[in-house]
Amino acid sequence: MLDKELRSMIDKVADGKMNRRAFIQRMAAVGLTAPLANQILALGGVAMAEGTSTYKPTKRGGGGALKLLWWQGPTLLNPHFATGTKDQDGSRLFYEPLGCWDPDGNMKLVLAAEIPSIQNGLLAADGKSVTWKLKPGVKWHDGKPFSADDVVFTWQYTKDPATATVTSGVYRDIVVEKIDDLTVKITFPKPTPFWADAFVGAGAGQILPKHLFADYIGSKSREAPTNLAPVGTGPYKFVEFKPGDLIRGVINPDYHMSNRPYFDTIEMKGGGDAVSAARAVIQTGEYDFGWNIQVEDDVLLRLEKGGKGKTIYAVGGDTEFIALNFTDPNVEVDGERSSMKTKHPLFSDPAVRKALSMLVDRESVKKAIYGRAGRTTANFLNGPEKFVSKNTSWEFSIEKASKLLDDAGWKPGADGIREKDGKKLKLVYQTSINGPRQKTQAIVKQACQKAGIDVELKSVVASVFFSSDVANPDTYPKFYADLEMFQIPLSQPDPSQHMRRYLSTAAATKENKWQGTNFPRWVNKDYDEAINAADMEMDPIKRAALYIKANDLMWQDTVFIPVQHRLKVEAAANSLRPVISGWANETDNLFDWYREE
Amino acid sequence: MSQYVLRRLMIAIPSLLGISLVLFVVLALAPGDPFSELATNPNVPPEVQAALRAKFGLDDPIYLRYLHWLSAMAHGDWGFSFVSRVDVDTLILQRLPATLYVIGSAQILALLIAIPVGVYAATKPYSLFDQIANTLAFVGFSLPTFFTGILFILIFSVTLDWLPFVYSTDIKATGIRWVLEMIRQAIMPVMVLGLFQAASMTRFVRSAMLDVIRLDYVTTARAKGLGQAKVIVKHVMRNAMIPVVTLIALQMPAVFGGAIVTEQIFRIPGIGSLLISSILANDTPVVMAVTFVFACLVVLFNLIADVLYGWLDPRISLR
Repeated sequence: MLDKELRSMIDKVADGKMNRRAFIQRMAAVGLTAPLANQILALGGVAMAEGTSTYKPTKRGGGGALKLLWWQGPTLLNPHFATGTKDQDGSRLFYEPLGCWDPDGNMKLVLAAEIPSIQNGLLAADGKSVTWKLKPGVKWHDGKPFSADDVVFTWQYTKDPATATVTSGVYRDIVVEKIDDLTVKITFPKPTPFWADAFVGAGAGQILPKHLFADYIGSKSREAPTNLAPVGTGPYKFVEFKPGDLIRGVINPDYHMSNRPYFDTIEMKGGGDAVSAARAVIQTGEYDFGWNIQVEDDVLLRLEKGGKGKTIYAVGGDTEFIALNFTDPNVEVDGERSSMKTKHPLFSDPAVRKALSMLVDRESVKKAIYGRAGRTTANFLNGPEKFVSKNTSWEFSIEKASKLLDDAGWKPGADGIREKDGKKLKLVYQTSINGPRQKTQAIVKQACQKAGIDVELKSVVASVFFSSDVANPDTYPKFYADLEMFQIPLSQPDPSQHMRRYLSTAAATKENKWQGTNFPRWVNKDYDEAINAADMEMDPIKRAALYIKANDLMWQDTVFIPVQHRLKVEAAANSLRPVISGWANETDNLFDWYREE
Repeated sequence: MSQYVLRRLMIAIPSLLGISLVLFVVLALAPGDPFSELATNPNVPPEVQAALRAKFGLDDPIYLRYLHWLSAMAHGDWGFSFVSRVDVDTLILQRLPATLYVIGSAQILALLIAIPVGVYAATKPYSLFDQIANTLAFVGFSLPTFFTGILFILIFSVTLDWLPFVYSTDIKATGIRWVLEMIRQAIMPVMVLGLFQAASMTRFVRSAMLDVIRLDYVTTARAKGLGQAKVIVKHVMRNAMIPVVTLIALQMPAVFGGAIVTEQIFRIPGIGSLLISSILANDTPVVMAVTFVFACLVVLFNLIADVLYGWLDPRISLR
């Protein structure tokens, strides 16, 4: 039924009987997010709308200095070697992609001249190729013209295994060819519903100048002088870079967008911590913008009283979740803990998993910790790339959880801890060392205690927890605990990559050196089928239904207990008009930033 | 004497080798790897992670990696940072000026406070001045710099709005205004660190003075009818300064090593903050280089102190 309704809606938009904004709002209501809704329209035969700009200044420059504070300073300026978004953000001051996403999830053209669509013939109806027209007259900062060769080169550079770029996953399976100086064609190996991944956005999309990188492809990649002194096409020209400390740039007088940029100079300072970054922007006004302010909300509210700045929020798709281990972390089979050959002794009872979900008080976590930066949710998929299912719900009730456990035969023992068949409800719950996470742990532990579940809390240094170190037992993919909590950031506005992580075949095991991405080691045939089908599904509506189904399967099995849908939090001076999108990096829309006195 | 110096030098070389070996092994065995961020990035296929590890030699056995490092170091090649892919010596040189300026000023401030206060307190032990100085010194080194740092920020930056609390390496001014700005932004970190150092040093100076002031030759000098000032400055201070000079010499490496906490609070891009961010990122070559430089400085200044001892008191070099 959803199928039919959506199809008729797309037809209405195509016939002009329905406003596209109304369509996207309706889509959001059924769980589709804006960039995806737009791409669905595009594949449904309706041209994608270009993002609108709120930019007001009528001339280039004159805005003085823009001072940005990144509490984790960029350490290198080649986006394809970036470790973390900080490096992508720093590079993005100078390099540009073909397009990026605005706060509504619409595409904004940067180096491309036109948004590909089926109407203008640039997007193949079978989803197997897309053609991009480049903006004419764009120049690199050193005066050389930007052309299709640069785009093709960026593809060759990133996909080369010897270059070892962190973006190779986006480029290795596609083919990019030059049609003419201002046209490139991307061919996909199979129908690709999400066709705007390569060359779009700050994560993987930034395009490098061929004439400066051609000699440094492959094993010589580290020697490129431009790794530290970027020459891009962006609104600001590179001046100085001190890794981890400072990036400086000046206005690019030949920038290809009219009246832009507004600021004459730009500075990005690194180092310190989030709280003092918030203070320097909101309270003392030393800086104009502070990145990723992960600070408890009551601290921010206090800083904002009579301050010179404020916090701003952008909705993305990051979910803070608690994952349940489906294998036994305490038994070793063939020298491997949490082996696929075992079953979790307590979680093999679905009642225990359901009860645990009921013991996570999302509302309290929101009130006490995340405040304006969090939303309670029952879904694993909440965001840009995802379909937010309407079929799920969450509830916090110690009584109901207790009853559930009672009915399942888990009776409190002499020490108040429930047990059944000699197995006690004792759990180890781990997370990375991080204030909000550890407070959440405490809230969950308290509720569990009241329901007769003993929870032992464990926190691991983030650099260990998130590492791929095979020798360390405390990494999240090894998951030598019963529960673990963190979030996996979304790197693109499409669910495919994110959801493929939990295929049965992707389980993290000793055999694949725990490089597998399915760390709960959950095995579900229906899920696998849905994801594999969605991957090839060109019909956007059917695809939507498949991902909603996949999310609901996770919810039914309580693979994850979603705690919060987290918003991006930034600090900005009151006069600054930054453009922050939940589906893009903070510096992606920098060309549209200005100040209003 | 020259034999003594030679002997000391001969001991320094194996100790440096020993230190480097210990550092290397500890770092190699430490958990985590420099590509931890990539583990949660779905765009990075496992084979790219493996390629990066192989490229940076992370999968070689420890002894091989150590030998590589040692031979490269002997050729003056410090290696490059895994995280920023910049040569390590470039990184350190970039960070050194801020550290020397801020931490060095703090040391000078500490000396300027500690010596006069310590000396004067020792001449009048248990007087009101001595008691106040002692109390303040006690409070001073009991308060950690991360506490006083934030306190200073709240008072001078937030409430009074006099001083900036983000240290900038890029002041857009020239001439005298640049100098003034440089001083202005250094006031808080220098005060925080300087007062902390001064507190412990004051107590040290005081006790060194008290040790000497009770000696017979001082009484003799007084008996000869010399004035109090002359006795204190010429007879007592000169001798009392020997251990103080040693203490200062041994603290010199700290000036180069930076003050990790203070640099972090005020965002001073110094060696200390480089070290801490490199440790957090598991950037082994940088951690190795910084800590090794630090070890070299400790050994060097120990050597200098030993030589100074030998020169001051010839009996030491004969033993």
